[in-house]
Amino acid sequence: MKSGLRQTRSLGGNIFVYLMLIIFGAFFAFPLIFTINNAFKPLNEIFLFPPRLFVQQPVLSNFQDLFTIMSRSRITFSRYIFNTVFVTAAGTFGHIILASMGAYVVSKYNFPGSRFFFKVVVVTLLFSPHVLQIPQFLIMRTLGWVDTFTAVIVPAFAMPIGFFLLKQFMDTVPMSLIEAAKVDGAKELTIFWRIVMPTVKPAWLTVMVFSTQQLWNARAANFIFSEELKTLPYALSQIIGGGVQRAGVGAAVTLFIMIVPLVIFIGAQSNIIETMASSGIKE
Amino acid sequence: MEDARKAMSFEEKRKWFIYDVKMSRTYYLFLLPYALVFFTFMVLPVLISIWYSFTYYNILEPARFVGLQNYIDLLLGDDVFLKSVTNTLLMAVITGPVGYLMAFIFAWFIHGLPRFLRAFAVLVFYAPTISGNVFMVWALIFSGDQYGYINAMGRNIGLISGQPIYFLTNPDYMMTVILIVILWMSLGHGFLSFVAGLHTVDRSQYEAGYIDGIRNRWQELWFITLPNMKGMLLFGAVMAITQSFGVADVTRELCGFPSTDYAVHTIVNHLVDYGTLRFDMGYASAIATMLFLMMVVCNKYIQKFINRIGS
Repeated sequence: MKSGLRQTRSLGGNIFVYLMLIIFGAFFAFPLIFTINNAFKPLNEIFLFPPRLFVQQPVLSNFQDLFTIMSRSRITFSRYIFNTVFVTAAGTFGHIILASMGAYVVSKYNFPGSRFFFKVVVVTLLFSPHVLQIPQFLIMRTLGWVDTFTAVIVPAFAMPIGFFLLKQFMDTVPMSLIEAAKVDGAKELTIFWRIVMPTVKPAWLTVMVFSTQQLWNARAANFIFSEELKTLPYALSQIIGGGVQRAGVGAAVTLFIMIVPLVIFIGAQSNIIETMASSGIKE
Repeated sequence: MEDARKAMSFEEKRKWFIYDVKMSRTYYLFLLPYALVFFTFMVLPVLISIWYSFTYYNILEPARFVGLQNYIDLLLGDDVFLKSVTNTLLMAVITGPVGYLMAFIFAWFIHGLPRFLRAFAVLVFYAPTISGNVFMVWALIFSGDQYGYINAMGRNIGLISGQPIYFLTNPDYMMTVILIVILWMSLGHGFLSFVAGLHTVDRSQYEAGYIDGIRNRWQELWFITLPNMKGMLLFGAVMAITQSFGVADVTRELCGFPSTDYAVHTIVNHLVDYGTLRFDMGYASAIATMLFLMMVVCNKYIQKFINRIGS
């Protein structure tokens, strides 16, 4: 491989590639570096003129202020954290279970309607969430789910991108593996749970990252009105709404929300790449 | 088997179909829970939306059928909608292909890096997507007062004198700023799938290529790499369309809602305006249906184009 690569790689080209990566890398990383630095700036540095990117004397006061505000809020702050963690965990877990079960049969067996169903899933990949928002609200209202967690959790089960990725990955699981288990007398559910799911672990880890990323940032402002049911991003956006004097706290909040999806992504990155590699839409 | 089925009469086919369905009971049971939520929250909303687009509906009163009136108003009587279509198309035409190409080029560059650098680079380029509302920092960077980073820097080096530039409220600059921020956020699912797609290309194909006389990385890209990852390219394109046609949060958070002179007003902004502020659900649904149609048509053409690569 190495020797092969060298044949088509000129030194000038390599320098160009590295240069581009560094310049654009800085562009992409800049707001992140900015966020991290700002969160540790004392107030006088945040409002320093001219502004500086890097923090001179890092302090934790922004986080202390954040916790002070949190502890003073009418609803205890742990409640918001619980809400978001609960919604994220329940939505992700349910989505992975339901989508994997469906994806398993659609991928492995050819039964009336299976291909059509998958085609519909591919089309729904195109829907942007805003288009669905209003009718979804009307459905919630009919079901009586408005202002409950169900309104946030259950629609998350239906994410087509998860079903799509799981199905594509399950296509690569050899049929002989499943048939061998059947000969041994295993039931469909056992095969699914004991054989297919462990084999496609990278796939559902990927789906887990996409789903947690989405749900963790969900404000659900359309469906949730009760203060004690509000999610963390919603509550935090209310804190930032306090204006200029909350600038330091705002910086801390931004970092605080960002960290969980980022950590999950880093943890699962190698698995994600592995999944993506086998999810090509091959005809 | 297939041929034998074709030769059957309708009655026989029907019997076989029922037999197939009966034999597949377990499979249907497996699919049922997902199919149920999928239908209720993905398919049904679209059908409802299409139905309401032919009505006047304000949630309080029952919907009243008005035929094509919403579409007529939308196309002939709503200047702001036409403005939003222009804006959305401009954003889609620029950020769609550019974002898509960027995603591919960076994935390709990163693929050539040593392993430890690769993981780090993927994180750096994907971070804007994963970090949710971090794009809000652009509001500070482009802020129209002296605390805006660009204005402050411009002053320090003498590029900006007198009044600061109102990047977020002056229509001359707003579109450019929004385009930069959207591009910054555009390396999403598509980028990840390209990174992975590059891994799947069979190495022996490259070696065969060198023997056949492929000289540089560009030839290698065009003749070997691209034709081998059509599936990924397609998936990335679908994601790019969804993203570039669905722009709304960025313009609202950075330029306000509505933005000055509707300079960066998008179709989705318009939809949200009628749906959640004016409570004209029928009209909002008509906007949603138009948007969906545009996306489907765009998707069709891109699929055709991608199928042509390597042929």
